[in-house]
Amino acid sequence: MREAAGPRTLFDKVWDAHVVTRREDGQSLLWIDRHFLHEGSFHAFNNLKGRNAEVARPDLTFGFEDHYVPTRVRDLAKADPAIRGMVEQLRDNAGRHHLRLFGLSDPGQGIVHVVGPEQGLTLPGLTMVCGDSHTATHGAFGALAFGIGASEVAHVLMTQTIWQKRPKRLRITVEGQLAPGVAAKDIALSIIAAIGADGAAGHAIEYAGPAIRALSMEGRLTLCNLSIEAGGRSGMIAPDETTFAYIRGRPFAPEGEAFERAVEDWRALASDPDAVFDKEVTLDGAAIAPVVTWGTSPEDTLAITQTVPDPEKAADPARAAHIREALEYMGLRAGQKLTDIAVDRIFIGSCTNSRIEDIRAAAAVLAGRKARVPGLVSPGSAKVKAQAIEEGLDRIFMEAGLEWVDAGCSMCVGMNGDLVPPGERCASTTNRNFRGRQGPGSRTHLMSPAMAAAAAVTGHLADVRPLLEGRMPAGESG
Amino acid sequence: MEAFTRLDGLACPLPFSGVDTDQLIPARFMKRSRAEGYGGYLLHDLRFDGEGRPRPDFPLNAPDRQGARVIVARRNFGSGSSREAAVYALVDYGIRCVVAPSFGDIFASNAVNNGLLPARVAEADCEAMLAALQAGAGDITVDLEACRIELAGHAYGFEVEPVWRTKLLNGWDDLDLTMSHMDAVKAFVAADAELRPWAAPRQAG
Repeated sequence: MREAAGPRTLFDKVWDAHVVTRREDGQSLLWIDRHFLHEGSFHAFNNLKGRNAEVARPDLTFGFEDHYVPTRVRDLAKADPAIRGMVEQLRDNAGRHHLRLFGLSDPGQGIVHVVGPEQGLTLPGLTMVCGDSHTATHGAFGALAFGIGASEVAHVLMTQTIWQKRPKRLRITVEGQLAPGVAAKDIALSIIAAIGADGAAGHAIEYAGPAIRALSMEGRLTLCNLSIEAGGRSGMIAPDETTFAYIRGRPFAPEGEAFERAVEDWRALASDPDAVFDKEVTLDGAAIAPVVTWGTSPEDTLAITQTVPDPEKAADPARAAHIREALEYMGLRAGQKLTDIAVDRIFIGSCTNSRIEDIRAAAAVLAGRKARVPGLVSPGSAKVKAQAIEEGLDRIFMEAGLEWVDAGCSMCVGMNGDLVPPGERCASTTNRNFRGRQGPGSRTHLMSPAMAAAAAVTGHLADVRPLLEGRMPAGESG
Repeated sequence: MEAFTRLDGLACPLPFSGVDTDQLIPARFMKRSRAEGYGGYLLHDLRFDGEGRPRPDFPLNAPDRQGARVIVARRNFGSGSSREAAVYALVDYGIRCVVAPSFGDIFASNAVNNGLLPARVAEADCEAMLAALQAGAGDITVDLEACRIELAGHAYGFEVEPVWRTKLLNGWDDLDLTMSHMDAVKAFVAADAELRPWAAPRQAG
């Protein structure tokens, strides 16, 4: 149902193709092409049970064991009973409703936002939802993908549709070319620093420009993944040859003639040249440096060459209060050099940065070096793990003294028991440096995989660029 | 869902920005059944110390804020994780309205689905309300018909998406409404199979 005349954006085209009906008040009922579930979906299934309802489209609904799964000992019988219960609950619900489940023993198991693309479930032009705010990740393919709450999960389960108000459109253009050692994570955090953690609230983001076009699918997934940390529920990139090459041959993707027909349709999704956005932001890609977060919000981002900010110099009293509280929680003082901040451990993983290129980027820094602090490396899926082993990357991490474990959400959110102890400081490739996110009292610094590896090698927050001299990995972009 | 028209109750200041959903309910409590009530977990690690004792300096623990129905906070309230449990914790604690200059998009829609009003106010009005509350004011009136807040002798306007306002005023449930459109859904699905034959997953479950 075309809602607007004239030139349209990528978002408009995907949205319009999914409108079932529109209410007088502006709410649209959207058809959903893919619905992903994880262990946290039990509230929604309880809702179904209460209404004695069935899943409307089990063929479009997929389950993933990721949030609570153990990463070290995979045998659930040995897991904490409450954690085991969460996984078993998902298995029961998936079994009862005949849903395809990527469970612990499945060769395709892994983090929902890693497995979807990997299996070819994620395609351009689809609408995709999941009860997880990082669902925006799938927008890297030109899908309209967004996180939803439990009430909405129940609604999608029962109807395969969702009521939504059409968001405004924000285009973020990154011009130029990234400097060596700068990754998609640095772009994303730099955007959040520029527009604020609520800068894209109420907007659907489209990422565009030469620096975005040059990213691999892995880099695009990292960028779109962090849309929600800028306040945007969705973030999209127009599909192109990089996208089509990635999708070709994936298990759930169309093949043969159907694939060729699809590519033809997907090419037409790009924003029309004269399409209008409600808001535009432009960044110079060449000016982006490797960054880290220093505080308790992803907007608390600075280039690694900077110093910890001073609340006395803040723009307004609310910002000053935030800086003061963040510094106290993080155990830092104003004016301290970021590279002087010692870390207790590192974590490489999560739906943000656990794909094969992320693992390669970290391995390139760690090869032949020892980590000065303990750390955990959790590849995003069983397939990523197998690929890394084939390339011999597992040995690099183990020889450096890091733990090489199985796939899951792991230490990003700590639901499975992989926690950062109270008061400890972690250099992490995850998405949230919120208070206590990695465990009560934990202190998180967000950064790219290469930067986390640099922190491991030096024992403090560090600029990865000197460590990369003479060893840049091919196609590095995580 | 319980309708929301006008609320007269006690307000509590929460002078923090970016109160994310990990703060509203830490992940470790999300394995629990809702039947037990989530109110005790609301802002758990800010409200209580490591031994589970209430932190006396945390606003919600103040003796004169017991029974609060409204929270006034700084920008980007409810950012982060999509966990609806964050709303359950607020609602089960007794909160029916959060007033802030901006909200996480997913949090706000979860809130409305549970009858909790996310009332958006201008940054300056938010600071004025926080100052009044910190100076001892407490009784607040939130009028959703008029989109108006009264506190300490002052009136402030607030914004909420018109569709959410209607939904809250009527206590509507989306599902009943959707069920009345199922014929349109069927027609959409039939037409869509022709338009986008590639959209179905190739492998059968």
